Amino acid sequence: MQYLHNIGTYFLMIAEMFRKPTKWSVMRTLILKDIDDLIIGSLGIVAFISFFVGGVVTIQTALNISNPLIPKYLVGFATRQSVILEFAPTFISIIMAGKVGSFITSSIGTMRVTEQIDALEVMGINSLNYLVFPKFIALLLYPFVISIAMFLGILGGMAACVYGGFSTLEDYITGIQMDFIPFHIIYAFIKTIVFAFLLATIPSYYGYYMKGGALEVGKASTTSFVWTSVMIILLNYILTSMLLS
Amino acid sequence: MIKVNNIEKSFGDAHILKGISTTFEKGKTSLVIGQSGSGKTVFLKCLLGLYTPESGTIEYDGKIYSNLSDSDKRELRAKIGMVFQGSALFDSMTIAENVMFPLRMFTKQSKSEMEDRVDFVLKRVNLVDAHKKMPSEASGGMQKRVAIARAIVNNPKYLFCDEPNSGLDPKTAIVIDNLIQEITDEYDIITVINSHDMNSVMEIGEKIIFLKDGYKAWEGSNKTIFKTDNEAVTNFVYSSELFKKVRRMYLEEDL
Repeated sequence: MQYLHNIGTYFLMIAEMFRKPTKWSVMRTLILKDIDDLIIGSLGIVAFISFFVGGVVTIQTALNISNPLIPKYLVGFATRQSVILEFAPTFISIIMAGKVGSFITSSIGTMRVTEQIDALEVMGINSLNYLVFPKFIALLLYPFVISIAMFLGILGGMAACVYGGFSTLEDYITGIQMDFIPFHIIYAFIKTIVFAFLLATIPSYYGYYMKGGALEVGKASTTSFVWTSVMIILLNYILTSMLLS
Repeated sequence: MIKVNNIEKSFGDAHILKGISTTFEKGKTSLVIGQSGSGKTVFLKCLLGLYTPESGTIEYDGKIYSNLSDSDKRELRAKIGMVFQGSALFDSMTIAENVMFPLRMFTKQSKSEMEDRVDFVLKRVNLVDAHKKMPSEASGGMQKRVAIARAIVNNPKYLFCDEPNSGLDPKTAIVIDNLIQEITDEYDIITVINSHDMNSVMEIGEKIIFLKDGYKAWEGSNKTIFKTDNEAVTNFVYSSELFKKVRRMYLEEDL
């Protein structure tokens, strides 16, 4: 019963988020701030993880190709497919659920605990529009982050492949160009947009509706990370079945 | 005038407000007092529209709040200033930005007009060089003064304060009390304060409402509270020896 109540409240929150819009001059500032916090602030960690995980994917693929009949350029092909189809959109989204999701839940939760949300409501401001909508708009730039993750993942793979001596640069480049299906990029970005929506709304929900004090803010952040990750994995499966099957 | 007619409020099985009626008048500082858990904060949140009473009505200048359209409610709320117990300053903004916030949201003033107004109200609450500080860099008393400045910056008609003295030293508490009373007189607004600070009751309680277990147990002023023989009030207000002495002295003087 509680799950149904939570799901209902979540959808009502989304509907409320689009009502009574905040004055544009204020909203613009909020959106820019959230772009800085959520998108620009995540680029460093995303770049670091993407580059090195791309390298690991390449090394593991290369080490598992022991048959001399399998061409070396398959290392580049496998890296590209792994990075574009799964690693960049899904794996990075789960990392973002930890980084960005916890930030959103704890910042909104702290505002709830310290009555800042009540202060907005007393002033007649739609606090959901004021707090959640700019995060949703900022995360529309999330595909930009994922594009960087894709590029750096493949670049990291290239560095690991060439400097690790697993194949030549020419083989790797041949591999990443081989049998390229443009729809795979579209598929990855559809997933990314859906995950961006989850990243903006689920952590906001847990922060906005939390009750209690500082300890509960911490608990809400953990719960929000768990549920955002679960929903990302679940929708990843559903979208992959729908789009690629 | 704010007129409260027989409001009731429950949360699950807990019946918090039990048929409270009263009025709050312009230019007067009214205090709602009572023990912790007596329903003061719920009462204040009902007045603010943050909670909806199950029965009864709250009228703002003759208009029943629950009958107002969403846009009328928003318009009314723009005329309300609120000082929260913990100040509720936006911690991502500087002190000046906090005070400017209602102006940015509800007025079409230019930046320089808004800055002038912020300077004026910060000066009014005796904060001159605090504009660029973050709330976390300000003391408790300063935060309360910023909260008062934010509450009055847009010329409100109604000022609500939830325990404005909690956590403050006695000297700062008196400064805050006097500031609230001066602002009430100066702007001729309706001020309602939730408090269990007896100094505030004696100093600025032009009207006092005493809540006990969700009921209005007594209503009077800082003049009549010394003379009342209402047991609930005397048990609460004169629970300390100091206030018993003050009362005795007051009554002897009166005789």
